Amino acid sequence: MSEEFPESEDRPDPTDDGLAIDTRVIPDEAGAPLAIELGVTDLDVAAEPVALSQWQLFVRRFKRHKLAIGSLVTLILIFVLCFVIAPIFLTAPQDQRSNLTLGSTGPSWQHPFGTDELGRDMWARILYGGQISLRIGVGVAVVSTLLGTFFGAIAGLYGKAVDQVIMRATDLVLILPAIAVLAVALQRFGQKPNNIVFVLAGLFWMQIARVVRGLTLSLKEKEFVEGARAAGASNFRIIVRHILPNCIGPIMVNLTLSIAVAIITESTLSFLGYGVVPPDVSWGYLLYTARTKYNHDVHLVLFPGLAILVTVLAVNALGDGLRDALDPHAKH
Amino acid sequence: MLTLVLRRFLISIPLLLIATFLVFWMVRSTQAFDPTARLAQSRDPSVVQNERERLGLDDPIPVQYGRWLKDAVTGDLGESQTKHEEVTSMLQRSFWNTLQLILWGALFSAVVAMIIGVYSAVKQYSIGDYVFTSLTYIGIAMPPFVFGLLAIAYLAVWPKQTWGLDKPPLEFVGLHTTGQSGLNWDYIKHLVLPVLTLTVQIVASWTRYQRAATLDVLSSDYVRTARAKGVPRRKVIIKHAVRNSLIPLVTVMAVDIGLLFGGLLITEQIFSIPGMGRLFLNALQTGDAPVILGYILVAGVFVVLFNLIADVMYGVLDPRVRLS
Repeated sequence: MSEEFPESEDRPDPTDDGLAIDTRVIPDEAGAPLAIELGVTDLDVAAEPVALSQWQLFVRRFKRHKLAIGSLVTLILIFVLCFVIAPIFLTAPQDQRSNLTLGSTGPSWQHPFGTDELGRDMWARILYGGQISLRIGVGVAVVSTLLGTFFGAIAGLYGKAVDQVIMRATDLVLILPAIAVLAVALQRFGQKPNNIVFVLAGLFWMQIARVVRGLTLSLKEKEFVEGARAAGASNFRIIVRHILPNCIGPIMVNLTLSIAVAIITESTLSFLGYGVVPPDVSWGYLLYTARTKYNHDVHLVLFPGLAILVTVLAVNALGDGLRDALDPHAKH
Repeated sequence: MLTLVLRRFLISIPLLLIATFLVFWMVRSTQAFDPTARLAQSRDPSVVQNERERLGLDDPIPVQYGRWLKDAVTGDLGESQTKHEEVTSMLQRSFWNTLQLILWGALFSAVVAMIIGVYSAVKQYSIGDYVFTSLTYIGIAMPPFVFGLLAIAYLAVWPKQTWGLDKPPLEFVGLHTTGQSGLNWDYIKHLVLPVLTLTVQIVASWTRYQRAATLDVLSSDYVRTARAKGVPRRKVIIKHAVRNSLIPLVTVMAVDIGLLFGGLLITEQIFSIPGMGRLFLNALQTGDAPVILGYILVAGVFVVLFNLIADVMYGVLDPRVRLS
């Protein structure tokens, strides 16, 4: 519901009126290597200097977005903690082993996030839980973006019956109670992390498909697509070479934002007991085990909850920053 | 306009059928939901076979779905596999609890969203606006169950322990203490936490809608005209801006309320409220296929109904939509 509202008006940027873009001079020596790096050296894009300057302006605009930069740094930190620091410094058996005599304790110097009822260090459990939560979040975003982009582009380009079928399929998601159906589906297809990724992506692709379809519909009327068609390009070539490169901005924004939705959805399912199951642990699963611990064990709820909150906040802010930087005209 | 609404409604019926068929197929092809699983320990294999024949489980799935649908249309969703009760009457009973939550939650959220949304728009970029905008970001990023659990810990259990009370100041199990009923103080004490949790789930996006809609209206020509004529700012905001800015919010609310009929799993689970969501979760745990299917169907019907209501209301409230 909220995705349809660009937040660009929330953060005004008096220096960026969005009109000065094309008048700025971009030095050639800076532009050329950048183009190679991006792989846009081919005729269709590189012929227009605007394409290069847009990337540079994107970087410049993104850098001005302090919140987005901060979020990016936070996210990198979270990923490094979960995937690099945790396996090296917190060996799973050592720090996750139970210590029944210790039991559940609050935060201390030795256990900054406390321990759970089996005496396991919560800091280690949250980092290892993060591995699964983030893997599922990013996995769902990538798989659903690939699926959605594919179906959206096909629906937009072919139109007629193909479009009708794909768009009606995306309407299904509006009718089904998402969490309930996902819970049933995970019972059907199994609760391993990879299955969770595909089941969630099976529902999430619809959002991005709508976006890409809309963009394709407007792009296919453009002269350069007509020109490509006149030159004999196949539909596949038109999609891959001409339409998708022009959709990359909205696709990236959507991909980023769907990481957040996927993490929340996974944690909700795990909290209900229908997501991740042991030996896998995710943030949602940690909260599932803590769901009756509101007496003196609030830290068991608080820290996994904060992990989700901080990650999702950072992902959303990054997505907003990307959107503002990629499309300064997208004022509501 | 009317034909458009009607067409959208008619399209949603086959969609509902496809959606329920997909769920039906998933339920029927899952071992955990096999109605004869509990009979498997029986020494006599014919017991299982007789039950399978009685339920028609060996027919092709589309045939089984057709049979289920034919009964469902007449209001018969079959009998629960774990309790000897009609699914329809189980859903009806729990429906009232869900409805109470939705009613109070939506009402409270609507008031909060209206006040904050209009305030943030009128005082755009003020400190208050920034504070509320940050809060909506947190509201969207925080899973409702995290808020619910923390609310129980800090608003109910913590005060009880700290001040040595006999009972927590706010209750968090069910909608009434056993033996109590009706609209009384006990009911309110039970209602505060679930309604708060539900509010966190929906109010953030509503507030942002209201803020955006109010900003939109405030920059419109008729507001400027009214100001130019000399109408006081306060009067312009109340008479012109707020009333018109409510149109998008009302339709969004209708759609979201429709979704809540199938989306209250978390709130009902945390606060042990015997509504439809909890009924569904119990059925999922015990593999009670008829209840699962009944719930999905009812939730889908409510979504379709409230989408229709949203469409109609949009036309009623905004003459431009009606005429185009």
